[in-house]
Amino acid sequence: MTRWLNRAAQEVLVPHRLIMIAVAIGIIVWAGMSMRWHWIPRYGDLAVQGIWRTLWLLALSCVIGFAMAVPLGLAQAAGPRVLAIPARAFCTVIRGTPLLLQLWLIYFGLGSLFPQFPWIRESELWPYLRQAWPYALLALSLSFAGYEGEVMRGAFKSVPGGQLEAARAMGMGRFAIFRRIWFPQALQSALPTLGGETVLQLKATPLVATITVIDIYAVASRVRQDTFIIYEPLLLLALIYMVIAGLIALGFKLLEQRYNRGMVG
Amino acid sequence: MKTFALMAATALVAATAMAQAEEVRIGIAAEPYPPFASPDAAGNWVGWEVEIIDAVCAAAELDCVLTPTAWDGIIPALVSERIDAIMASMSITADRMQTIDFSDRYYNTPTVIVGQKGIEMDATPEGLSGKVLGVQVSTIHQTYAQTYFEAATELRTYQTQDEANQDLASGRIDATQADSLAMDDFLKTDAGACCEVKGTVAQDEAILGAGVGAGVRKGDDALREALNRGIAAILEDGTYEEITVRYFATSIYGN
Amino acid sequence: MLDWLYAIWPGLQTSVDLLSLQPPGWGGNLLRGAVASLQIALGAFAVGLVIGTFGALGKLHGGPVMRDLLAVYTVVVRAVPELILILILYYAGTDLLNQALRAMGQRPVEISGVVAGIAVLGIVQGAYATEVLRGAIQSVPRGQHEAARAFGMGPVQTFRRVTFPAMLPLALPGLSNLWLIATKDTALLAIVGFAELTLETRQAAGSTRAYFTFFLAAGALYLVMTLVSGRIFGWIEARYRRGQAAQ
Repeated sequence: MTRWLNRAAQEVLVPHRLIMIAVAIGIIVWAGMSMRWHWIPRYGDLAVQGIWRTLWLLALSCVIGFAMAVPLGLAQAAGPRVLAIPARAFCTVIRGTPLLLQLWLIYFGLGSLFPQFPWIRESELWPYLRQAWPYALLALSLSFAGYEGEVMRGAFKSVPGGQLEAARAMGMGRFAIFRRIWFPQALQSALPTLGGETVLQLKATPLVATITVIDIYAVASRVRQDTFIIYEPLLLLALIYMVIAGLIALGFKLLEQRYNRGMVG
Repeated sequence: MKTFALMAATALVAATAMAQAEEVRIGIAAEPYPPFASPDAAGNWVGWEVEIIDAVCAAAELDCVLTPTAWDGIIPALVSERIDAIMASMSITADRMQTIDFSDRYYNTPTVIVGQKGIEMDATPEGLSGKVLGVQVSTIHQTYAQTYFEAATELRTYQTQDEANQDLASGRIDATQADSLAMDDFLKTDAGACCEVKGTVAQDEAILGAGVGAGVRKGDDALREALNRGIAAILEDGTYEEITVRYFATSIYGN
Repeated sequence: MLDWLYAIWPGLQTSVDLLSLQPPGWGGNLLRGAVASLQIALGAFAVGLVIGTFGALGKLHGGPVMRDLLAVYTVVVRAVPELILILILYYAGTDLLNQALRAMGQRPVEISGVVAGIAVLGIVQGAYATEVLRGAIQSVPRGQHEAARAFGMGPVQTFRRVTFPAMLPLALPGLSNLWLIATKDTALLAIVGFAELTLETRQAAGSTRAYFTFFLAAGALYLVMTLVSGRIFGWIEARYRRGQAAQ
């Protein structure tokens, strides 16, 4: 802890940095006093709900997307062509089209098909098909899977083939090889990229506001529209996203340190 | 350094986009809002409101340019001088009058609730309790719904009324609150066969406004009076009726 | 010619009609939107490269204050969602510009959607380009720089004849990724109301209620753009790697 504090002090207690920090604090204080913030107490509850929705959409879509990305990457790295080609096609289509378009296609496109099948309204799934968050979750998960499938392909390929051959020679079954040698090392090499991609996924979440999901961006839009204030809600929103991104980056850094214990290089 | 940067930026932009001296940029919503304003397949804007804008500008002798702007940011666009006036079916409300000025109204129609045919509801908070109501963002309908219906009804906000209608047709929402003429147009289409008018909402002039007018910047009296002159002129010489009769069965000026 | 296909797949005929190039089909509108998207993406990419070059050089050779300011710039742009950056830059940018014009006594100017989109996306691209170019310049072996100094080449000459050609193949994968991000980010401009492919698609879908058809068509157009771009970048990379060891 003291070592970390010492290093932090070394970086910060330099003349130009101190002046810049003072200027930054000055700007923040000026902004706090001269801009209009009276709306914060009124919308506090709604904002907390919005942040919660953003966070769980992010977490769930990353988990589900990653779960889909592992087989996609594996199929492309080592699978038979009949699996590798559709996986590659999926990743190419997802990475080649904007997420906004995918989101609207899934929500409004599927929605426009509902009137043609009246039996849908009687089915068990109807309460979920009515709401917007399942579609948002689906679109975000598919998008994450498409991008991470490509990342995991590279990661699986990067594990030295000799290790896999040695494990096979020792009589380990295919699943044991995957679980104990291939996957952990692939994950370790992919971890830095995954951290960056999670931040990118965070930056993609505001788009769900266009399909009626109330995330923190939708709350800020409502504040802007109710009060006609243009900048302050956007600035506070940017700050919130920067804090969340910082926490994600910190989390992944800790994960990498823990994962790399005992590793060489 | 800052001045230099600003001047360089200005020179760069001025070189790429010139402004004419007498041009009046009329902001309309970039999202389709039939039958008032919607783009056709050739990219031209058509509709009752588009024709009224042309008629008012001709009568007031203004050189008007239709400038589609995202509905969500149309008032900030007016305030930061990207457009000079808003004629996008925007209702005159006390809230908006704190930020912008309005011309005289050029139409006034009631607000209705349109809902699924099989579901029992009416246009009151009790009638809508437990239902799902869709509204367009940044409209008087959103404000009205948030004031009266939010307690017992689930609200879903859409970027455009078209998308709300689409979800109504799919069955995702039970009802939507919107202008009666825009909904008449929707109910005539194939998709609109799902639904019917359930009633008119209780009037609240503070929220629903006193009709639709053209928005101008606060203090821009010259433009406001020019637009008023134009509106009065087309009401008097019959152009207003002539245009209205081609779209609607009755007069929509309101009283 | 395709009547047999239309016969077995009902609804295909209407979809194809909706997409036809002449009005009342909306295909022409979509293609116009695609051209606008490409224009904005090209402009934003170019602006991003210019900002990125200055940013990378500033980070590598600038003073401590310059380096910290550039670090703030890149961190903020990489942490805040593009949609919010677009909104802030669009409103704040035009506000500042009009205030400057008013201070100089001129009438506020109307910035066309294309120019505003290019400026805003260019600033976002600049932050990413700074990182890509910085990494690429740092990867050029220092010995080449030192040899150029030993020959008496000035800084500009060194950059033009030694650093730039050497770093280009290293930067190309990152730059091709940036180009793809630029083309896809133009879709976000639809939320701010700029006319480009996604907005045209939404307008067409809203007017005709054929959401599935138009969104699929727009997706196909974007896919064509990205696949063609990928090919072009691959060709450029192969050409610049001529004579280097195989990757």
